[in-house]
Amino acid sequence: MRQGGRVAIVLWLGLLGGCLWVAMRTHYTADLSAFLPGRPTAEQQLLIDQLKSGVTSRLILIGIEGGDRAARARVSRALAARLRADRQFLHIANGETQSLERDRQVLLANRYLLSPAMTADRFTVAGLRAGVADSIDLLATSAGLFSKALLPRDPTGEFMQLLDAMGSGHRPPTADGVWVSRDGNRALLLARTRAEGADTNGQSMAVVTIRAAFAAVSAPGLRLALTGPGPFSVAARATIRHEVLALSGLGSLIIIGLLLLVYRSPMALLLGLLPVLSGAVAAIAAVSLAFGMVHGLTLGFGIALIGEAVDYSTYLLMQSERTSGAAGTSPSATPSTTQAHWNAAFWPTIRIGVLTSVIGFASLLFSSFPGLSQLGLFAIAGLVTAALVTRFVLPILLPRDLRVRDVTAFGRRLQAGVERVGRLRLPVLVLFLAAGGVLLAKHDDLWNRELAALSPVSGADQALDMTMRADLGAPDVRYLVVVSAAEREAALAASEAVAVTLKRLQAAGTIQGFESPAAYLPSQAVQRRRQLSLPPDAELRRRFTAAIAGLPLRPHCCEPFFAEVAKARSQATLTPDDLQGTSLAEAVDALLMQSRGRWTALLPLRVAGTERLDAQDLRLALAQTGLADVYFIDLKGAADHLYAGYLHEASALSLAGLAAILGLLFVTTRSPGRVLRIAAPLAMAVAVTIAGLVLAGQQLTILHLVGMLLVVAVGSNYALFFDQGAVAGGMSARVLASLVVAVGTTVAGFGILGFSSVPVLKAVGCTVGPGALLALAFSAILTRRP
Amino acid sequence: MIRGMQRLFRRAILHSILLGCSLSAQAAQFTIGELMATLANRHDGVATFTETKYLAILDLPVESSGELLFAPPARLEKRTLKPKVETLALDGEVLTVVSQTQRHVLQLKDYPEVAGIVESLRAILTGDRQALERLYRLKLEGSPQRWALELKPLDAAVGWSIARIRVEGTGDEVRSVEIQQTDGDRSVMRVQKGVSP
Repeated sequence: MRQGGRVAIVLWLGLLGGCLWVAMRTHYTADLSAFLPGRPTAEQQLLIDQLKSGVTSRLILIGIEGGDRAARARVSRALAARLRADRQFLHIANGETQSLERDRQVLLANRYLLSPAMTADRFTVAGLRAGVADSIDLLATSAGLFSKALLPRDPTGEFMQLLDAMGSGHRPPTADGVWVSRDGNRALLLARTRAEGADTNGQSMAVVTIRAAFAAVSAPGLRLALTGPGPFSVAARATIRHEVLALSGLGSLIIIGLLLLVYRSPMALLLGLLPVLSGAVAAIAAVSLAFGMVHGLTLGFGIALIGEAVDYSTYLLMQSERTSGAAGTSPSATPSTTQAHWNAAFWPTIRIGVLTSVIGFASLLFSSFPGLSQLGLFAIAGLVTAALVTRFVLPILLPRDLRVRDVTAFGRRLQAGVERVGRLRLPVLVLFLAAGGVLLAKHDDLWNRELAALSPVSGADQALDMTMRADLGAPDVRYLVVVSAAEREAALAASEAVAVTLKRLQAAGTIQGFESPAAYLPSQAVQRRRQLSLPPDAELRRRFTAAIAGLPLRPHCCEPFFAEVAKARSQATLTPDDLQGTSLAEAVDALLMQSRGRWTALLPLRVAGTERLDAQDLRLALAQTGLADVYFIDLKGAADHLYAGYLHEASALSLAGLAAILGLLFVTTRSPGRVLRIAAPLAMAVAVTIAGLVLAGQQLTILHLVGMLLVVAVGSNYALFFDQGAVAGGMSARVLASLVVAVGTTVAGFGILGFSSVPVLKAVGCTVGPGALLALAFSAILTRRP
Repeated sequence: MIRGMQRLFRRAILHSILLGCSLSAQAAQFTIGELMATLANRHDGVATFTETKYLAILDLPVESSGELLFAPPARLEKRTLKPKVETLALDGEVLTVVSQTQRHVLQLKDYPEVAGIVESLRAILTGDRQALERLYRLKLEGSPQRWALELKPLDAAVGWSIARIRVEGTGDEVRSVEIQQTDGDRSVMRVQKGVSP
């Protein structure tokens, strides 16, 4: 025993040291990674790329509120000027027309390479005639006084075609020269960061930079509003960090206070916390080693688990006859015999309790939702370590004369209470049936199947984001065609081929429109084809003369046109460098990007208002192009689908875990009746808790499911002790008291999470807090009485 | 081009004679301030217009027609119905151009040439002397019953394409707006009260 004890201590210290070392070097994160699949399919990878680094992930929406319109406009301009000078931002837009003149020059000089109207027959006699006739019609409109100036250079109106094609997007309203919201009370800016959306540190720096720039140029009374994936993930990280610290501190204080109240011995308290602390360090180390990082949410959840892990030492300290009264009444009991007695009488029950918890959490390990498998591993490593330290290390460390407060008197009152609550069996049954009724009635609306339900962003911030997005017409891109290719030219060429299909869908009214990088930078092949469709000078003059026969256009007006066509025939094709400093370059940057050696072109689709696209139809249409590496993604749909998959999988895994727990109980008790008596209070506690949450208007998420699993895992300890007590012919006062303390620490640990503003933590907290309490109450009420 | 110049020359002589007469007869009675006050009294209204453009590059003038809608103080809408449907709406500082296929929203300050024309029209309709004098040098001829206001651009951006604008009217009604461009082209918009049939 002494030899074994020494080995246990050395092993424990060694492991603890190792785990501490790992935990200190662990990378903690609070980004999207917890929600994204660890082994994604090709299509999920596209979704992940978009969420992490796509165009929309880099957008920061900036609103300036308060003050008067002129002040807001002035600050908008000053802020934009400062941010434009900062390398962290690829682009700042606030409604000021920065590159208008340069845009016009580039469009005009390259109109025959860029114009979508430059089909093969544009420069035939008929094509020229149609173009000129359109231009003459345009002269009659309000644009006429200005388009006439261009007509001698551009009688077919290619420049106008280009302006139409490129200026067709939604533009926000403007006041005092800058973008404003529809009601005019907020100046709006749009920033695109160099840092990827998933780079929370980079986003954090960008947010800090924007705030500092605003503070420098702002006037009294003006406020800054920031939304978008970046600011949201920065805020989420701060919230998670803050709440994990604050809630863990508060929870720990409550637990320590409770234990101190019960033990009346600081030494017992310190020793009692050893298993928990060992468990926490081991859990962090295990997750860190297995996943390479620990998510903030896992830590938050870990705090709550302290409330359960501390139970093991509570049982040891309170149940072994180590209390002052017990020592007095039984002089023969030395510490080692009381320990042996506890080992024999109670350890098996706790062991089954630990095993049920481990089995329950093991089901989460297999989840493809990395957040869940982290939680599973964290819980298993933490609980097993805490239990083993309680069983093998703590008894050795306990001083021989350690005495904790005798709680027998309190236990006896509890015993009397347990006797009386037997009368509540019928009401509990009625409550359970009512809960079942509620769950059945709300069956369809029970689960929230949207990933957004897990978002730590507050509803108010999400609403603000929606409003600013709608005002800005910022791409809230839901539907995208993604083209992937080895070369830029190939990606552009494929985009052009896809555009043909999309134009057909647009004509059919399926989509309202689309964007393509090739509209701003056509592939070299298309540019050359357009160039080749320009006839030589003599031929052009012949065709043009034929084309304008009968039109009121004066002959000889169009000498500049012939000169410019001749120049266009021999000009170099456009490259990305030629677009530098124009809004065309910005559009190309946003829609065409290189990552991991491949080029990705994005073609965002516009649909009418609330219209939904049928992914099947789109994929079928795209398949007809015969192009490889062309994908249609419904970003929101894919994200929700991903989450629904997690939810479905987690439900199946939980059911499997439940079955395994029941199997374990049956193996240990060898009595279906006892299994039923252990399981019934747990099932009822879960049902009543969930029904309560549903009645309070909550929709269930995957984390409520985790909470239910925890109620079963934690509650099984209580139910097992009551079952043990029933078999032994009555529960000892001391055990009963230890159970009340145990449920107290659990409710403190988890219940405090219920006050979190992070939905993931809140869901676990408000399920486990009441659930654990009910599990104990129902176990007491339903226990078999002698 | 030559023809345009001759026409211009003839008009100029004619105008100087008319101007001379009106100045001697009316100058004491009718001032820009009075005209502006009269115009400022106008309320919202609908009118029809016919616009004829004489362009050097075309053998024939092009004609368009439609409606003018005015809602003081800031909204002016020009709906061209023929030959192509097009709406030009000026609201505050924002000019919206809606054609059959496209919708453009422009900031007036980005397009000083356009701004010169549409803003002058709006300023005349509202009797906004300040706005007019910011952009043009004003000269009034005639009587309250039959007046002509000539606007010469002060702003270089406006003056680059517009030589002058001549607005004629009776009482508080604008009857015609003639825009003379620096290159000799011009457009004449005739306005009639009431909705087009």
